[in-house]
Amino acid sequence: MSTYIIIGNGMVGHRFVEELVSKNLHIDNNIIVFGEEPRSAYDRVQLSSYFNGTTANELSLVTPGYYEENSIELRIKERVTAINRETQTVTSDNGEIIPYDTLILATGSVPFVPPISGNDREGCFVYRTIEDLEAITSHAKNSKIGTVVGGGLLGLEAANALQNLGLETHVVEFAPRLMAVQINDHAGECLRNKIESLGVGIHTSKATSEITDGKNRIHKMVFADGEELETDCIVFSAGIRPRDELAKSCGLDLGERGGIAIDKHCRTSDPHIYAIGECACWNGKIFGLVAPGYHMARIVAERLDHCEETLFKGFDMSTKLKLLGVDVASIGDAQAARRGARTFAINNEIDGSYARIVVSKNLKYLWGAVLIGDCSTYDMLLQMMKNRIPLPSNPQDVILPATSEEQSLGPDALPDDATICSCHNVTKGDIVDAIKNDGIVDLPSLKSCTKVATGCGGCATLTKKILDNELEKQGIAVDTSLCEHFAYTRQELYHLIRTEQIHSFGELLEKHGTGLGCEICKPTAASIFASCWNEHLLDTDKAGLQDTNDYYLGNMQKDGTYSVVPRVPGGEITPDGLITIGTIAKKYNLYTKITGGQRVDMFGARVDQLPPIWKELIDAGFETGHAYGKSLRTVKSCVGSTWCRYGQQDSVGLAIELENRYKGLRSPHKLKMAVSGCTRECSEAQSKDLGVIATENGYNMYVCGNGGMRPRHADLFAEDLDKDTLIRYIDRFFMFYIRTADKLQRTSVWMESLDGGLEYLRKVVMHDSLNICSQLEEEMSYVIDSYECEWKATINDPEKIKRFRHFVNSDESDNNVLFVEERGQIRPATADERELQLANTSA
Amino acid sequence: MKWKKICSLDDIVPDTGVCAQIDDKHIALFRLAATDEVLAIDNIDPFSRSSVLSRGLIGSVGGTPTVASPLHKQRFDLRSGHCLDDESITLTTYATRISKDAVSISLA
Repeated sequence: MSTYIIIGNGMVGHRFVEELVSKNLHIDNNIIVFGEEPRSAYDRVQLSSYFNGTTANELSLVTPGYYEENSIELRIKERVTAINRETQTVTSDNGEIIPYDTLILATGSVPFVPPISGNDREGCFVYRTIEDLEAITSHAKNSKIGTVVGGGLLGLEAANALQNLGLETHVVEFAPRLMAVQINDHAGECLRNKIESLGVGIHTSKATSEITDGKNRIHKMVFADGEELETDCIVFSAGIRPRDELAKSCGLDLGERGGIAIDKHCRTSDPHIYAIGECACWNGKIFGLVAPGYHMARIVAERLDHCEETLFKGFDMSTKLKLLGVDVASIGDAQAARRGARTFAINNEIDGSYARIVVSKNLKYLWGAVLIGDCSTYDMLLQMMKNRIPLPSNPQDVILPATSEEQSLGPDALPDDATICSCHNVTKGDIVDAIKNDGIVDLPSLKSCTKVATGCGGCATLTKKILDNELEKQGIAVDTSLCEHFAYTRQELYHLIRTEQIHSFGELLEKHGTGLGCEICKPTAASIFASCWNEHLLDTDKAGLQDTNDYYLGNMQKDGTYSVVPRVPGGEITPDGLITIGTIAKKYNLYTKITGGQRVDMFGARVDQLPPIWKELIDAGFETGHAYGKSLRTVKSCVGSTWCRYGQQDSVGLAIELENRYKGLRSPHKLKMAVSGCTRECSEAQSKDLGVIATENGYNMYVCGNGGMRPRHADLFAEDLDKDTLIRYIDRFFMFYIRTADKLQRTSVWMESLDGGLEYLRKVVMHDSLNICSQLEEEMSYVIDSYECEWKATINDPEKIKRFRHFVNSDESDNNVLFVEERGQIRPATADERELQLANTSA
Repeated sequence: MKWKKICSLDDIVPDTGVCAQIDDKHIALFRLAATDEVLAIDNIDPFSRSSVLSRGLIGSVGGTPTVASPLHKQRFDLRSGHCLDDESITLTTYATRISKDAVSISLA
C-alpha cells in the first residue's frame, strides 16, 4: 500500500484521480487530494458559460459523493505550503505534516498580470476561477465600460464575458495583432474586423504604462504611446504562468522560463514526484490546454499501475473555438514557421472569412492551418495533418468551398489509430470496436461507452460520421420505428402524410402500418393531421385517435374530472371577463387557480358539465385555451410601454397578436411563448420555446428555451427585428420544428439534436439554406386561415356533444367523483376520505 | 346467460369506448372497428380508483387488443383483463353481444 498525494484539484488533478479509480488503484492505496479553491474540480474550459446562466454546480466535474464513495480524501480549501523531499512529507497550511510515497503536482497556472503601476487597484481582475467571475459580475453592475488586457484566446473569452454583462468592451493587446501565438498576421486582421463589427474596441500594439484615477470613469489607462483609455473595469488576461513556487522552494528543476521540468514519464527531477498539466514544463514548453494535461494524467496513472506505458512526446496544440461568436481555428504549424513551409490562403472579403493552409515544400502534406469565420473544414484538416494523409493535387481544394463530395474526407480515409477525441484519447479504432463488439448504434451510448466527444465536444460531428459509416458497412439498420405499428419515425410519417395527402388513420395504417395502432402512434398521427390539415379533432374518423385530453378538450385530472381553461391572449382580460369566469366557476362549483401562463384554470368539471360550461364561456366571447393540446399554450407578456416607465415597445399588443396568430397550432409538443417589453424581462421570455424581448430598435427573438423538468436558457436567434420580419421568422421556425422534431420533443431538446445547432437553424430560417421558407410560410398561413375554436364547433354539433356524458345508458353523473372542501374550494377526496364518504352514504 | 341491453352500436364511435352503468357497476365497452366487435371490462382504473378506462386509447400489442389508461398509460388486455404493465392486476371482463345493432352485456 502506498500513499499518493495530489496537490491541486483542477481539471487535470481531478482527471488524474479518475484515472487512478479506473485502474482500481484507489482500492489498495491511500489517496489524498489538496485543493485550495473553495469547491472541488469544475470545468474551467466552459467557465464563460457562467455568464449565460450556467451555475457553479452545473460546471462541477465531480459527481456528488464521488470522492467519499471511492474512499479518497479530498481536502478542499487547504493549501500545501511546503514539500520536504528528504522525509517525503508535505506540510499543509493548518500545520499538519503528511507523508507520501508518490507526490503529484497538478498546481495549474495563474493568469499573468503585467507589472504595471496600478494593476492592483479595486476594479482590476483576473479571469480564472468562479470567484473571479463572481467578483467581475458584481463590479460590472455599477460599470459602463470594461477593458481586457490581452488579445489572446483567453483575453477574447473575457471580452465576450464583459460584453455579455452589458459593458462597452475594449481589448488592449501588446502585440500588433490578436491571437499572436495561434494565427498569422492576415488572419489576425480578419478576426479584428469581425470582432470590431460586434462593437468591441480593439487596441493593438499598446503597452500599458500605468493605471490611475479616471476623469469620467473609475480608471484611466495610460499607454506608452501617450494615448489614454478610460474604463470602469479591467480584466488581465495576458497569458498564464505555471504555479511552480512549491516545486521551486523544494529544489526541483524548473524550465528556463518557469514551469516544473518533467521528462517523458512526466517525472520531475525527483523520481518520487510527478507534475502534470499547466504547471509542468516539457522540453521547454508549457501546455496551456486541457487535453495535453489529461494526456499527462493518464501517463502517470499508467506508470503507477505498472502497465504498458505511454510516453509524453509533446502534444498537438490545434484548437477550434468560438470567440465573441466568431469561429476561429488554429491547426499545427499555423505560423508557417517550419523550414520550407508554403502557404495557400483564401480571403473572402464579402463574408469576412479567412482560411490558410500551410503545406510541405513538395505540396504533399498538410502542416498547419488557420481558419477564421468558418471552421467547417477543421475536423478534416486536423485529421489530414495528424495522419499525414496526402493532399489532393491542388492542395487549395481542401479549403475551397466544397463543390463535390470527393473533396471531403470520409471516415474510411482515416487510419484506425487516428485520434478522434484528444480530450479522452479515443481513436477511430476504439470507436469502431465499440460499434462492432458492444453493439452500439447511437451517439449517446457511444459517448458513455468510450467517453468520445464528452470533453470539449469538438469531435462530435466527426464521431457521428464514423458511427453512421460503420453502421452502414455492417448493414445495421438503426431501428427508429415509432412503435410496433409503424416502422417510421415521426418525421417520416409527417412527410408521408403531407406528400400523400393522407387525411385518416385508417388510410395511414393501411398504406404504411400494421395492427390496430396504439397509444403512441394514434396521438402522433392525430397531431400530424392537425398540423397539416387542421380538421376538427372530434370528426368521426379522428376521435378515436385523440388522447383523452384532446377527446374531451380538457385536461383530465387524477379523479377523471377535467379542467376548463379559456384563452386569455397575452394575459389581458377585462373586468367583465373576470366576472364571467367567476360567475361560471361559482355556478358549477369549480376550483379556480391562476396559472403560470397568465390565465385562470377551473378544475373539477365532469364530462357532462363540459358542454354547458363552454357554451356559457363562448356566449360571453371566450375561446378555448388549448390547455389540453400539444399546441400553442399562451403568450405571456409584461405590461410594456403602454404603462411601464421602462417599456420599449407594446409587449401586450404584440403578445395578443402572436397568441391569436398561432392559437390552435398543433405541434410535436406544447409550445410556450412570451413577450417582454424591455431587457428587465418580466415575462421570462428566455425560458420559452419562443421568446421576444423588445429593444429600442425593435425586437430580439429567442428560441428553444424551456422551464420545467430540464430548464434551458433560450438562445438569442436574431436582434432588432421589425415586427414583420419577426413574425415571418416565427412562422418558419415553428413550421420547421413541426416538420422535423420527434414525437413529444420540446424545442429545447430538438435544438440540441439538430446537427449544426443554432447556426444551422439560422441558416434555414433566416437565409433559407434549404429553400423551403416559402413552403413553410404557406403551410403556416393555411393553419392560421383554417383556425376555428374547437369548443365552439363542438357545442354547435349535436353528434359531437353526444359523447360528453359519463354513462352511455343513463344521464346520471359519475358518482365515483367525490370532493371535499379545503380553503373554501373543492378538491378531490383522498382515498381515506372517499371510504368515509361512501360508508356514510350507504349507511 | 342473461343479457342486458346497453345501447345501440351507433352510440359508440368506432375505435373508442363508452362507460355503462349496470346497478352499481361502471363497465367500459370498446368498439373495435377492425374486427367489428365490442369488448367489455371494468371502467374503474385500478391504479387511480377513477372511473376512466373507457376514455383510454384502443391499441394492439402483438395481435391482442388493448386499452391504455388515460391517466398513467398502463395497458390492459381487452380479452383477458390482464394488465400488461403490472402482473398482479387483472380486471373483470364481461361477455358482450351485438344483435340488430343493439349492444348487450352479460354480468353472469
